[in-house]
Amino acid sequence: MIQEVKEENVALMKQSERTSKIRVKDLSLFYGDKQALYDVSLTIEEKKVTALIGPSGCGKSTFLRTLNRMNDLIDGVKINGDILIDNEDIYKSNDVIKLRTKVGMVFQKPNLFPMSIYDNVAYGPRAQGIKNKKELNKIVEESLRGAAIWDEVKDRLKSSALGLSGGQQQRVCIARAIAMKPDVILMDEPTSALDPISTLKVEELIAQLKKEYTIVIVTHNMQQAARVSDKTAFFLSGEIVEYDVTNNVFSNPKDQRTEDYVTGRFG
Amino acid sequence: MNARKNFDKNLQELQNKMLEMNKLTISAFEKAFTAFKTQDIELALRVIDEDTAIDNLDQEINQFAVWLIAKEQPFATDLRRIIASLKITSDIERIADFAVNIAKATAKIGKTESLMNITKLEQMNETSLKMLNMAVSAFIDGNMAFAKEVAALDDIVDNAYAETYKSITEYLRQHPEETTQLVQLLFISRYLERTADHITNIAESAAYLIKGQIYDLNQ
Ligand SMILES: Nc1ncnc2c1ncn2[C@@H]1O[C@H](COP(=O)(O)OP(=O)(O)OP(=O)(O)O)[C@@H](O)[C@H]1O
Ligand SMILES: [Mg+2]
Repeated sequence: MIQEVKEENVALMKQSERTSKIRVKDLSLFYGDKQALYDVSLTIEEKKVTALIGPSGCGKSTFLRTLNRMNDLIDGVKINGDILIDNEDIYKSNDVIKLRTKVGMVFQKPNLFPMSIYDNVAYGPRAQGIKNKKELNKIVEESLRGAAIWDEVKDRLKSSALGLSGGQQQRVCIARAIAMKPDVILMDEPTSALDPISTLKVEELIAQLKKEYTIVIVTHNMQQAARVSDKTAFFLSGEIVEYDVTNNVFSNPKDQRTEDYVTGRFG
Repeated sequence: MNARKNFDKNLQELQNKMLEMNKLTISAFEKAFTAFKTQDIELALRVIDEDTAIDNLDQEINQFAVWLIAKEQPFATDLRRIIASLKITSDIERIADFAVNIAKATAKIGKTESLMNITKLEQMNETSLKMLNMAVSAFIDGNMAFAKEVAALDDIVDNAYAETYKSITEYLRQHPEETTQLVQLLFISRYLERTADHITNIAESAAYLIKGQIYDLNQ
């Protein structure tokens, strides 16, 4: 059994050489004078789930936001280093809209607009200029199906999205991200505001989504990271301490600081 | 961090139960072998009786470990420690069963002139007990050198077993009237050889805890 797991790890590592989607090299980020990321380098694999873990304030969200340039919106942010997605330096291109289409994001709290479920999901495609009713219908249905929420909302597409439960809203948020036909989906603590059942649904959904998308997820729930991710990066004070196949990080971490964190001995 | 403290206390308790079980097993083994050497049937029967306490502890440790896993969802060293404890406990339980088997063989031999001196059983028994102490220390203190030493000692037991097998079968050819006792001696040597294998497993579990990798010391 454990031998099998080992072989699986080796297979995963071999694969990683071939199928990297995002490559980050020597990334540093400053909020004004305050440095939040220090020479972060890592490679994120295509169609895999990568979990980012670490104590509060270690820079997980900051790092996640660099992947679709959400930090650009914050005043005084300075970034050094390279981020390549599909071998293209995302900070060299000026087309941020295209980048955010390719790299979607789901936040901690469901942030649906005060409009119908349908309009929420159709919002992005409409903004991209799609007006054809049939085409929009198709995108909305496919996205809601993709987010495993279609059956629960198909009879109430025109009612307000804010009338849904938190767990349902979060899956509609995921549908809204999918509707943009992204390659990569970033999730920042997507289940921290959900009950255990909704959490499991979102986790199942993540397992489904990775067949088509590259997923990067920030989570404070270690068991969740262990359940959903293929690789895990442990951040501490703006640095990556350990980045490895998830099984290794949780059953046999190499760095004492990782060990202390995953076993709850930290601080 | 309070939850962590409580978890550490539980882990300590798990370890204490395991040590208690190990102590009872060593004592069972010593008694069984003394009973065998001195042909003390009453002592042998006591060993058989007292095995229930060891089996109960085995179950208690299993339940406790399962509950800890469910409650704490442990990771890293914590997880390995609990898994290793489970495996070690089941090895200790098997070792205690061999003590019972030796006690039963002793009862079957009864009171007769002992042919023990044609065997290496004494040496096998002493080496096994030494191995068990080392294997458990390897686990408790995280001592990798001890784990490796146990594997080396296992070779001594294996060789002694081969020699014992040879001398018993040879002796049997010339003294078929001693078959009853000789067959039991052969069994006992086999029990001791298997005991040493289970002790080597314990050393492997200790190595797993220490290094986080699977070791095959049994070769
Ligand atoms: N807009 C901002 N302006 C200035 N400093 C910021 C800003 N956002 C984050 N920081 C600082 O950068 C560091 C990293 O913050 P970040 O939000 O990335 O941490 P995190 O790992 O996501 O934490 P949490 O687990 O609490 O969400 C922190 O010290 C934080 O105070
Ligand atoms: Mg955050």
